[in-house]
Amino acid sequence: MDFTLKIWRQQNAAAKGRFETHKVAGISPDCSFLEMLDILNQQLIDKFEKPVCFDHDCREGICGACSLYINGRPHGPDSAVTACQLHMRKFKDGDTIVVEPWRARPFPVIKDLVVDRSGFDKIMAAGGYISVNTGGVPDANTIPVPRAHAETAMDAAACIGCGACVAACKNASAMLFVAAKVSQFAMLPQGKVETRERVLKMVAKMDELGFGNCTNTGACEAECPKQISISHIARLNREYLSAKIL
Amino acid sequence: MTKLNARIPEGPMAEKWNNYKAGQKLVNPANKRKLDIIVVGTGLAGASAAASLGELGFNVKAFCYQDSPRRAHSIAAQGGINAAKNYPNDGDSVYRLYYDTIKGGDYRSREANVYRLAEVSGNIIDQCVAQGVPFARDYGGLLDNRSFGGAQVSRTFYARGQTGQQLLLGAYSAMMRQVNAGTVKLYPRTEMLDIVLVEGKARGIITRNLVTGNIERHFGHAVVIATGGYGRAFYLSTKAMGSNGSAAWQAYKRGALFANPSFVQIHPTCIPVHGDYQSKLTLMSESLRNDGRIWVPRKKEDAEALRNGRVKPKDIANEDRDYYLERRYPAFGNLVPRDVASRAAKERCDAGYGVGSGLAVYLDFEESIGRLGKKVIEERYGNLFQMYEKIVDENPYETPMMIYPAIHYCMGGLWVDYELMTTIPGLFSIGECNFSDHGANRLGASALMQGLADGYFILPYTIQNYLAAEIMTPRMPVDGREFLETEGQIRERLNRLMQIKGKQSVDRMHRKFGLLLWEMVGMARNSEGLNKAIKEFSSLREEFWTDIRITGGIDEMNPELEKASRVADFIETGELMARDALQREESCGGHFREEFQTPEGEASRNDNDFMFVAAWEYTGTGKEPVLHREPLNYENIKVQTRNYKI
Ligand SMILES: Cc1cc2nc3c(=O)[nH]c(=O)nc-3n(C[C@H](O)[C@H](O)[C@H](O)COP(=O)(O)OP(=O)(O)OC[C@H]3O[C@@H](n4cnc5c(N)ncnc54)[C@H](O)[C@@H]3O)c2cc1C
Ligand code: SF4
Ligand code: FES
Repeated sequence: MDFTLKIWRQQNAAAKGRFETHKVAGISPDCSFLEMLDILNQQLIDKFEKPVCFDHDCREGICGACSLYINGRPHGPDSAVTACQLHMRKFKDGDTIVVEPWRARPFPVIKDLVVDRSGFDKIMAAGGYISVNTGGVPDANTIPVPRAHAETAMDAAACIGCGACVAACKNASAMLFVAAKVSQFAMLPQGKVETRERVLKMVAKMDELGFGNCTNTGACEAECPKQISISHIARLNREYLSAKIL
Repeated sequence: MTKLNARIPEGPMAEKWNNYKAGQKLVNPANKRKLDIIVVGTGLAGASAAASLGELGFNVKAFCYQDSPRRAHSIAAQGGINAAKNYPNDGDSVYRLYYDTIKGGDYRSREANVYRLAEVSGNIIDQCVAQGVPFARDYGGLLDNRSFGGAQVSRTFYARGQTGQQLLLGAYSAMMRQVNAGTVKLYPRTEMLDIVLVEGKARGIITRNLVTGNIERHFGHAVVIATGGYGRAFYLSTKAMGSNGSAAWQAYKRGALFANPSFVQIHPTCIPVHGDYQSKLTLMSESLRNDGRIWVPRKKEDAEALRNGRVKPKDIANEDRDYYLERRYPAFGNLVPRDVASRAAKERCDAGYGVGSGLAVYLDFEESIGRLGKKVIEERYGNLFQMYEKIVDENPYETPMMIYPAIHYCMGGLWVDYELMTTIPGLFSIGECNFSDHGANRLGASALMQGLADGYFILPYTIQNYLAAEIMTPRMPVDGREFLETEGQIRERLNRLMQIKGKQSVDRMHRKFGLLLWEMVGMARNSEGLNKAIKEFSSLREEFWTDIRITGGIDEMNPELEKASRVADFIETGELMARDALQREESCGGHFREEFQTPEGEASRNDNDFMFVAAWEYTGTGKEPVLHREPLNYENIKVQTRNYKI
């Protein structure tokens, strides 16, 4: 298959970016999107040019590193996958494909398609944990957890921290990401104890870092590769309200 | 050979660890604040260590090359984590987990370390549950277990097909709590390039900031390497793109011994290679072998017709299928250990019975779907089936999966003593990048256990025994001679790489090398191939240093430079792997020497001559390393030949 790529190039955070057009030819439909970018980069290196920088590591949809905005959609046209799991068979031969970094104020571009998502780590440091030290904890089976609660917690815990939700949101809200963590812990007896402080601290940090408010457009859920449900946002809101009242 | 003192505590096996803890030196709280610990790597091992050391009050600096510590490749582990909890009441115990691990490792691991691992395994599960790890539960709300990798008891805890992710996020959360508390400082997008030794002790590291390209110096009273395995040397593997062995390799070059480098694990159930553009291989969890049956056609002409697409798998009648694992190993069938299953697949494909590209076998769920219904199979493996379908574009409910072995894990790594310290004082190594617990073959669901055991429950004790003597050592300024010298060497190395401006890209060179490594130091090895490998890798090293092409600059984000530095180390590691495999004139675990097999083609181990850990000492690039042997003694277990036939 042959493709025309319009790719965002930006030398560093301070520089002005622009689109660059490149052609790739003879791509196998079984090739992944990132492997197609590898092929492009090989061409660039052969011409003594700088390859396109993009974040990636596991290439199996779990580390959350890859973060490409493809044809106006985070992670591209396929549903419930990350860009590294997207295959070229999802495109038509001869397509022009536009590739951009996440566009969100709290995620400044570092270079080309690479953005700075350290805001997520900062939100986690503010309260995304249960305050237990190593050792001295009770036996794992001391507190039974209803299976349904454990399953809901796992649904939320599946978040890979990729940031597609932020990139999809017109307000650049990190609500789905934060809600996934708050909800996971709120569903478990171990996490319930600290729910109030947790939700207040994480939301305050999110606001401080410049992520926007949630206006319930649902764009985050639609683009989330792990299909994290916005029902977790509803749970966050409940916990937040009750924390504010008490 | 004073160098290789494993420092195993006295006493009966079951009391060694308690005795050690009772007698070890501790650092008092006021002094902990004065001590800096560098932890390189934030996977299960590094993150759990950083969190625990921070909680104790040490000053921790944690480094990783990804943009966030949460992305360490531990995140990709699917299947589960073992622990001797005996919740199902099916006869498990610390002794049995220890026994299975030693046997699974084909009697090439260190007994005392393995026993301790089994001993602390239960604490790991307690810890993770307290952190909010959403393990699978039964209808009564208690933790669910499954049997994994052919174990006779159900001792594997899991969180859907994302156990590694959940455990890592637990450790990461605990570490982020310490970041908030100010005891852990994070350095993401930062790669360690060398270790700084002052008067023979590890005192710091040199790093490169992967965003700006800045070279930086960091001091620590002790340095912990938790950088994972070197499996990506093979180019194609289940590892992450950035996984590397460079930190361990630099430690080796600074004097730490490297143990059993040839012991790498080849996982039997990965999605086969499908094109030369391919960048990595995807694992299909081993749990699939609980319900899937592995087969190839019995007739060569059927295999050929399948390869050409003239017939479909379902056209092959049952009597024309060769369920070769069930045929060869009636007792264990499809659940034989990984090394055995991998070699058997290769044997069939080499003999001309492979399907797909010729390097693939079927993993078929038809029978279990018939027996249990599609719904049950979907509940058990739904996410794996979906992942397979996304990649291969075939529906495994309707047509069998194709699988082939791939490089997956490194049992070999930095030699460490009972305290997890390398032969360099003050330099520790934990997780996959050390060597001690898995011998020549690792059992499924035991790497996650080891990483967390090391980080939560072992290193936080043992490192204090070392640091207790360091409380009078003030923090060193990083402009001391040793720091500047090491930095100078690193700058020179990077500049040299940039100036080569040759013809071959790093990926091309890596792919070429990886293929050679797979052919000559992969699943089947022989002295001719290994001798050839040593020669070829040494000339490939020269080729690399004269013909590599890196575009872009040194003072900017430059993935090509990062990769080049790692691949340079992989090529050298490959040479050591070949030497180690050549030296070991026996077949054991994942190490199979064609010259040493039984008439039926099974591995033939030689306990008289090779029941030792091979620990290599660096003597200079291109020079022959020196082999040190740590003899292995098994006091609490009878050494047997592994037999999966009866
Ligand atoms: C696909 C897959 C599935 C698996 N499934 C299972 C399973 O079900 N059960 C099981 O028990 N085991 C499993 N394993 C094995 C297990 O996941 C690993 O052995 C284990 O997680 C390794 O943990 P670690 O902390 O040692 O290293 P890693 O998690 O690999 O972490 C390495 C860390 O080191 C950092 N790093 C590396 N080099 C540098 C450098 N030079 N400078 C700075 N930082 C550096 C990285 O950034 C990262 O933070 C699986 C492995 C794979 C690949
Ligand atoms: S909620 Fe979904 S889109 Fe947002 S970070 Fe998590 S996985 Fe990515
Ligand atoms: S590279 Fe890890 S999720 Fe895409």
